[in-house]
Amino acid sequence: MKETDNGARAPRKEIKKVLLLGSGALKIGEAGEFDYSGSQALKALKEENIETVLINPNIATVQTSEGFADKIYFLPVTPYFVRKVIEKERPDGILLSFGGQTALNCGVRLYEDGVLEEFDVEVLGTPVQAIMDTEDRELFVEKLDEIDVKTIKSEAVADVEGAVAAADRLGYPVIVRAAYALGGLGSGFCDDREQLVALVEKALSFSPQVLVEKSLKGWKEVEYEVVRDRFDNCITVCNMENFDPLGIHTGESIVVAPSQTLSNEDYHYLRKLAIRIIRHIGIVGECNVQYAFDPDSMDYRVIEVNARLSRSSALASKATGYPLAFVAAKLGLGYGLHQLKNSVTKSTSAFFEPALDYIVCKIPRWDMGKFHGVRREIGSSMKSVGEVMAIGRTFEEAIQKGLRMTGRGMHGFVENKEVSKDDIEKALKEPTDMRVFAIATALRHGYDVETIHQLTKIDRWFLEKLRHIVETGRELAGYDDIADVPFDLLRTAKRQGFSDFQIGRALYGNQMNDRSEELSDKVRAHRKQLGLVPVVKQIDTLAAEYPAQTNYLYLTYNGDQNDIDYERDGRSVVVLGSGAYRIGSSVEFDWCGVNALLTVAKEGYRPVMINYNPETVSTDYDMCDRLYFDELTYERVMDILELETPHGVILSTGGQIPNNLAVRLDASGQNILGTQAEDIDRAEDRNKFSSLCDSIGVDQPRWRELTSLEAIDEFVAEVGFPVLVRPSYVLSGAAMNVCSNEEELTRFLRLAANVSKKHPVVVSEFIQQAKEIEMDAVAQDGEIKLYAISEHIEFAGVHSGDATIQFPPQKLYVETMRRIKKISGKIAKALHISGPFNIQFLAKDNDIKVIECNLRASRSFPFVSKVSKQNFIDAATRVMLGTQVEKPGKSAFDLDYVGIKASQFSFSRLQGADPVLGVDMSSTGEVGCIGDDTNEAILKAMLSVGYTIPKKSVLISSGGARQKVALLEPARKLHRKGYTICATEGTHRFLSENGVPAIRVYWPNEEDSPQLLDMIRAHKIDMVVNIPKNLSDKEISNGYKVRRAAVDLNIPLITNARLASAFINAFCELSIDEIGIKAWDEY
Amino acid sequence: MRISAKTANFARPIQKSNMTEKKKATLVLEDGSRFEGVSFGYEQPCAGEVVFNTAMTGYPESLTDPSYEGQILVTTYPILGNYGVPSPDVKDTDGVSEYFESERIHCEAIICQEYSDEPSHWQSERPLSEWLKEEKRIGLSGIDTRKLTKLLREKGSMLGKIVFGSDDEIDFYDPNRENLIDKVSTKEVREFGEGDKHVVLVDCGTKYNIIRCLTRRGVKVTLVPWDFDFNTLEWDGLFISNGPGSPEFAEAAVEHIREAMKGDKPICGICMGNQLLGRAAGAGIYKLKYGHRGHNQPVLMAGTDKCFVTSQNHGFAVDNDTIPADWEPLFINLNDGSNEGLRHKTKPFFSAQFHPEASSGPKDTEFIFDKFISML
Repeated sequence: MKETDNGARAPRKEIKKVLLLGSGALKIGEAGEFDYSGSQALKALKEENIETVLINPNIATVQTSEGFADKIYFLPVTPYFVRKVIEKERPDGILLSFGGQTALNCGVRLYEDGVLEEFDVEVLGTPVQAIMDTEDRELFVEKLDEIDVKTIKSEAVADVEGAVAAADRLGYPVIVRAAYALGGLGSGFCDDREQLVALVEKALSFSPQVLVEKSLKGWKEVEYEVVRDRFDNCITVCNMENFDPLGIHTGESIVVAPSQTLSNEDYHYLRKLAIRIIRHIGIVGECNVQYAFDPDSMDYRVIEVNARLSRSSALASKATGYPLAFVAAKLGLGYGLHQLKNSVTKSTSAFFEPALDYIVCKIPRWDMGKFHGVRREIGSSMKSVGEVMAIGRTFEEAIQKGLRMTGRGMHGFVENKEVSKDDIEKALKEPTDMRVFAIATALRHGYDVETIHQLTKIDRWFLEKLRHIVETGRELAGYDDIADVPFDLLRTAKRQGFSDFQIGRALYGNQMNDRSEELSDKVRAHRKQLGLVPVVKQIDTLAAEYPAQTNYLYLTYNGDQNDIDYERDGRSVVVLGSGAYRIGSSVEFDWCGVNALLTVAKEGYRPVMINYNPETVSTDYDMCDRLYFDELTYERVMDILELETPHGVILSTGGQIPNNLAVRLDASGQNILGTQAEDIDRAEDRNKFSSLCDSIGVDQPRWRELTSLEAIDEFVAEVGFPVLVRPSYVLSGAAMNVCSNEEELTRFLRLAANVSKKHPVVVSEFIQQAKEIEMDAVAQDGEIKLYAISEHIEFAGVHSGDATIQFPPQKLYVETMRRIKKISGKIAKALHISGPFNIQFLAKDNDIKVIECNLRASRSFPFVSKVSKQNFIDAATRVMLGTQVEKPGKSAFDLDYVGIKASQFSFSRLQGADPVLGVDMSSTGEVGCIGDDTNEAILKAMLSVGYTIPKKSVLISSGGARQKVALLEPARKLHRKGYTICATEGTHRFLSENGVPAIRVYWPNEEDSPQLLDMIRAHKIDMVVNIPKNLSDKEISNGYKVRRAAVDLNIPLITNARLASAFINAFCELSIDEIGIKAWDEY
Repeated sequence: MRISAKTANFARPIQKSNMTEKKKATLVLEDGSRFEGVSFGYEQPCAGEVVFNTAMTGYPESLTDPSYEGQILVTTYPILGNYGVPSPDVKDTDGVSEYFESERIHCEAIICQEYSDEPSHWQSERPLSEWLKEEKRIGLSGIDTRKLTKLLREKGSMLGKIVFGSDDEIDFYDPNRENLIDKVSTKEVREFGEGDKHVVLVDCGTKYNIIRCLTRRGVKVTLVPWDFDFNTLEWDGLFISNGPGSPEFAEAAVEHIREAMKGDKPICGICMGNQLLGRAAGAGIYKLKYGHRGHNQPVLMAGTDKCFVTSQNHGFAVDNDTIPADWEPLFINLNDGSNEGLRHKTKPFFSAQFHPEASSGPKDTEFIFDKFISML
């Protein structure tokens, strides 16, 4: 047997410097997984002593931290800027497959435009042609036809008529897909012509080509992660099976790994196909093959191939312990798989396929409640904002853990507040974000597995397992007290993933409403007495065949031996992670957690992490000494702390989830490092915090907690409109709202919320035209050591997570700054803060009020740390470990450049959602860019979150009188720059009166033309500035239609006058080629 | 391709409790370790050599693989039985079962963490437990199989027994002291397939898929007992199968192979076949500490950059250091460097320690059959 010549090709030249493209801001369909894959790639390059250059405007990521890349550019990942960086840096090679679709699309453009050739930059890993073969549906189908691999045949059409004709030929239902789109953007199922027309119109606005294909609803969906090196050696690292059948995007599905319902024959049939495909396409690195698989035969279709690292590959890496991105980067440099070592055993080969001895379950995290008007159905396009991964040794255990991890108030599969049983069949048949709970309800109400299978097409195997959980819950409910429950039943319940709370709820029912902690503790104490405790198992890639050198761990009740021997030397420090990414908590807390781990290690302690989000770097097992990929519930954290007996636990770098555990962990005698639980509680509890503010003379907006509509009216009479209303129980829609008149208040309280003794409403005075200012700081024993003050571009009223933030502030009075420092100092002292904290202020004139105080790191910590080049988390962690931290010199706060943090919205994915900003957060991600002045930083930041500089015409529809005035100067600038301004009635009149020419356009409810919507649809408008005036019905429906059309047709939309002014100023005063191409370290 | 049929055996009463009476049983190892679990198969004590397999699928194939004769199989994948058991009645034109690797279950018992009694697969005819009961084989679940595997990794494969009450129910039994090959080999000469070329397959405990892989390539196969003197027959190629236990017992086969090696006709061996070829050539054999059993064993084709993921199931290996001068290693295990195949430097003799016929496991090395056929 002779070695065959397989065209093995090492990189053409010696690679000394490599450019890596990141994925930019987190958005639906493209989230933290690319921070993980990029970080891994950078580590792999560093190991080879290759100089690395990274372009990624996402300042909150770990990959854009010191020590990961040699040069970091906080610039948009667009062909223009990447070309500029290439011109300047002259890298030898470029990596395109680690930054999601954003990087891939950008790379393809650079290749097509000849930029890579011009500057002799070699694409490392998968060749660009192979990428294009997988990205263009038609090429893809042709390519697989060549090797007789079946794809879902589709017809490419360029117009609506073509789509209708194609669907008639294929037969409904059909699926529509837009080519070159992120995670299914513009895709969907259509049951009839009407639905088809609507969807195709929209899809065509994103993509010149739309594909219509026959739907295979009800088939299984199975994925393989495949790796190939330049020697043609191939492995499949992992396969995964979707719990939800085809029809639901894999990002929206519950997914298990490895597959559970495939026979050996099925498994290897699809595996072999995957390898044939990767060889034929010519991938060098990693790719993912998705199949539709007939549940009643071995018929299959290939759904798609992603020739890059993906959400699934990040999940597969975490599910198996096989570092796909790291290995893919090495393969791109020319290594063979057999020349690399398994990173877990460090002795065996990286050419192998992991054997799992556990099951993982991924569950998406949705946040539909955060968006006005969004449709809750899930389907072929992604809406989830994050995901969790749970590990167990039974499916029951894994899914119950996972459902708790999603953090949506659920305790597992059962023992939850029951979802409505009104229309179970509909809930089963038409999946929403709540479907899995509808299955629980159905099982409890006597539906059998077969019926549920027919309605959902979910494989009976999964449903049988879920039935076990319901049965066990029912058996537990037959007892009144934990002491009466037979040992075997209790053990079965724990092995099926029941939490102490769930067992308590099954036993004690409604008594749990008021005494949940006490009764859960009783369950806990009882089972511990019986010796019923979880064991720690290692994820070792080889199912115990070889010893693991890394501590990648999970806890399970399905086993009786710990894999770990504990030192019990009090040198461990446990850092709690931030859980699933969701609106308001994402990659920034991962950065905080990772930095805490690094400092813990530097200070000579053993860093230990608990987290369960597969999209993160903190769950990379080489970031700490022990990684527990497990729950952040009180129960599980206590299980781990009891095993670890650590020096202490850090809660303040993981956002709100760990912070909420403070009081209970403290009561259980755990050593919370840094600010103490009692003080955390004094900041978190609204009443306690108010009295504290009163006692130290700090002003707050007036607020009251009210339990009746009359009381609310009285309070409003006192403070006046507008008011901010925060119900404790929300029926639908957003949890917070600003009401500016009686009508709005009544509507909101009657329709959206419930007001009663049990469900009080917090009403606060809402100060208009006020600046919002943030203080991010680190204190030690109540004394501030490090601080950063930043200001919002928008006036108060836009959630701080959605606002555009400027640091250092450019337009604050010195007096304001001084007073903010003073107030912060008082609060730090009063709360004995030791560690990170954040205070939000309102400032109007020099009147300053505190609106919020969090005794933990905030979302803006990575931003201010990187802009100021002072690592706030490092300092905070040293404080928490008891090291005396020195204040930096005064000059540290004197920066001669500006940082802007801008928000990324994902409204285009959220069908129906009103893309308007309010007091509740709705952005999914952010960027942070640095410039020599505000204009430059704003321009970079806005371009980084997907805005484009308008070419010709701008629509202004500017809401109330104040907004109109605010936009007058910017409008004048637009006009002077030669832009055509289109304006709706009021704005048009105002602009004309003030000498700014504009074209009058008409609202949808007006008869004349030009109709605004038509102009948007015809792409005759390049940017929409629409400032909602109020919440009246007419305004909402007109404005909504325009805003939604802009989002659906991918036209930049701004809904805030101050942000619009800032952006217009920036692009009128600075042209794109005047933007400086400067790396972070050049500031 | 298999026949598509919807099985309608899923209707079962929802009232069924999780806690139905399950018989407890205990695995006792020769070092005194004890693992208590519950029985899901036939209830009768058994004894054998305890080995672990890291494959995540393929229990019907493994259970019927004659190489597991006398062994107690521990599956490291914790959940077992998910896709049930296919029908034994589906056979090809030669009367060879489509789904199984022999006519019966060979291992003594199968051990897992969690047994899944509600299978779901269109080819499933019944749950695994029913099959085990019919074949009088033991199933044990509720065992910390990771703990057990680590123990076997550290101490090496051990003897063990499964008892339902007292430890005295059965004695330990060492299958490696017995000629297991003789126990599982065919007693008569049988013929399969049709073709111009004729291959003799020496049955040391062959898996059906070796027969299928040969006949589907258009050759006639004569299956002969392990100690049959095939040199008395006319053949174009000789194939030596896999088989259980120690190669020490197959001296008769080694003699016959040595005789055949005097000629120039192609000879190929798999697993036990690799070891017998090695012994015939003069190489030494040793017992691995805990063997290679799984679907993810990486092998490198010696002297190349070509690697393959292979299915393996063996406890003995050829000693690379004892390979005679006119032979060389064909494949090497990437994890531990052990021998994974041999080839003669000039003659068409070669072998693989792994299973190119897979079943269960990856099929990446089926080219070995193509190679063999092309030499005929």
